[in-house]
Amino acid sequence: MALATRMAFGHELIEIAKTREDFVVCNADTKTCGLEKFGEYFPGREFSFGIAEQNLVGGAAGLAACGNKVFIATFAVFASMRACEQVRTFVCYPNLNVTVIGTHAGLQVGGDGATHAAIEDVAIMRSFPNMTVVQPADAVAARAIAHAAVDFKGPLYVRLHRNPVADIYDPETYHFEWGKANTVADYGSDMTMIVSGILLKKALDAAAILKDQGVGVRVLDMVTIKPLDKEAVIKAAKDTGAIMTIEDHTIFGGLGSAVAEVVVQNCPVPMEIVGIQDRFGESGDPELLYRDHGMDVDSIVKKTKALVGKRLCKLKMK
Amino acid sequence: MSRFHFTQTDVQRLESQAQQLRRDIVSMIYAAKAGHPGGSLSAVEMITALYFHVMNIDPSNPDWLERDRFVLSKGHACPALYAALARRGYFDPALLNTLRQYKSILQGHPDMNKVPGLDMSTGSLGNGLSIGLGMALSAKLHRQNYTTYVMLGDGEIQEGMVWEAAMAANHHDLKNLIAIVDCNGVQINGWTNDIMTLEPIADKWKAFGWAVVEVNGHNMKDVLTALHTAGTMRKPTVILMRTVKGKGVSFMEDESKWHGAAPSEEELVKALSEINMGGVV
Repeated sequence: MALATRMAFGHELIEIAKTREDFVVCNADTKTCGLEKFGEYFPGREFSFGIAEQNLVGGAAGLAACGNKVFIATFAVFASMRACEQVRTFVCYPNLNVTVIGTHAGLQVGGDGATHAAIEDVAIMRSFPNMTVVQPADAVAARAIAHAAVDFKGPLYVRLHRNPVADIYDPETYHFEWGKANTVADYGSDMTMIVSGILLKKALDAAAILKDQGVGVRVLDMVTIKPLDKEAVIKAAKDTGAIMTIEDHTIFGGLGSAVAEVVVQNCPVPMEIVGIQDRFGESGDPELLYRDHGMDVDSIVKKTKALVGKRLCKLKMK
Repeated sequence: MSRFHFTQTDVQRLESQAQQLRRDIVSMIYAAKAGHPGGSLSAVEMITALYFHVMNIDPSNPDWLERDRFVLSKGHACPALYAALARRGYFDPALLNTLRQYKSILQGHPDMNKVPGLDMSTGSLGNGLSIGLGMALSAKLHRQNYTTYVMLGDGEIQEGMVWEAAMAANHHDLKNLIAIVDCNGVQINGWTNDIMTLEPIADKWKAFGWAVVEVNGHNMKDVLTALHTAGTMRKPTVILMRTVKGKGVSFMEDESKWHGAAPSEEELVKALSEINMGGVV
């Protein structure tokens, strides 16, 4: 199966709404994740705010202040920046029960280019007190998060991608737990890749290639970016002596920074932060963009070998 | 009896209550050595009318789901709201003098999770009408009869988001949403119309599909009548209340420097003396 995480999440929420009446949806006029049709399926439970994201978030906060569980859906760029202050001051500060669904994350947006590709939304959202940040790697995880989000209390940011990605997880066995990393592959103790979001597939492909070349790495899926699974990060540092983070987000302030904050304060080891370099996105095939930013499988393989080299160098110095 | 009905005795009681709020406002800002007296004093009659007569609320049950809601979008005027909540019985009036102090429930701008009876955290201008819109949508969703009141400053409506909310209230046909603009004509650096032209304010709201009620915001009888009129309109309604910034304290009136400044001890004494002597216009 290949489905975009945004569509998996939105469709699952519609499925859940058939048996759960305890949440509402607020939409700006965007095609995000299928929730545009929520009002057609569940009249009265969806509110249209038009092309007005600040009012969208403010209205959602008012609904939540009256005890409603509210889902709002828009592009991640608009949720995190056009309505940044509304999310911060009127959702996070009063600690209201609003789930912000940010779609079209990262370079995977492709053709729409820099204006529509959210490359800094994780950095922004995770800096707000009370905010929880999650990012599924595939449709299976996205569906599981949809269920968890309905029962979640408080401000939540769900980061979703535009284009279809192959399933990684088996829906029969996948289990989502808030704040817990999943170990997805364990080929040895030369290094740990900590990944959040759809680049997990590239990490797994790279790990398989590295295994054949005699480099054994572990791969963790950090589905919850905040609160971060600190134990898993410290364990990775202690067990494998080097960490590479991989994310479809700027190298500043996202997963890489979150992991580095834990590593430097607990168990300093060499790190490599794989992500979008210090420049805006642009139009083009996402795979070409990923290669350009050193986020493709070949680059991950090369960077892993270099990092493992640094790790060995450090071990010798001891 | 309708909560909009009032007698001359009610008017006198409310006028007297308003003067109490004025005393509280200048006293707590003096104690805090900071705060916003001008926009608090201009809002006093309306806040008094709402909290001591019109709003359907229960101080013994602040989280009652069907209560009327009040959002102070011009959150810097919170001394007026804190005084009203305290005097209405939501918390001990002795706490008013802890305004802006470390660990006080009375933050410099209102925090709904700290103050009993406070319906929404506010402070950043231009946001409150959207919050009120959401509250009014919730009433519609759950078929509840409460009314949501949102008080904005006149300078505040320079924020574009106010007009996003105004457009949406009309779209969603929210008769249960009442906006109140405290038109005191002064913002932090001077007269509103020198900084950014607001007039014709009424025409702007009408163009967005709102009913408009204009009133002298310092005449209690007229304020009560305006709230009654607004409650009977078949569309979202804005009350444009013409007020004087710093109303009731001569040296603060119409002076932008009293937008955000605390009185000295001497000024406090003078202010309290004027408030005690003064009636309302």
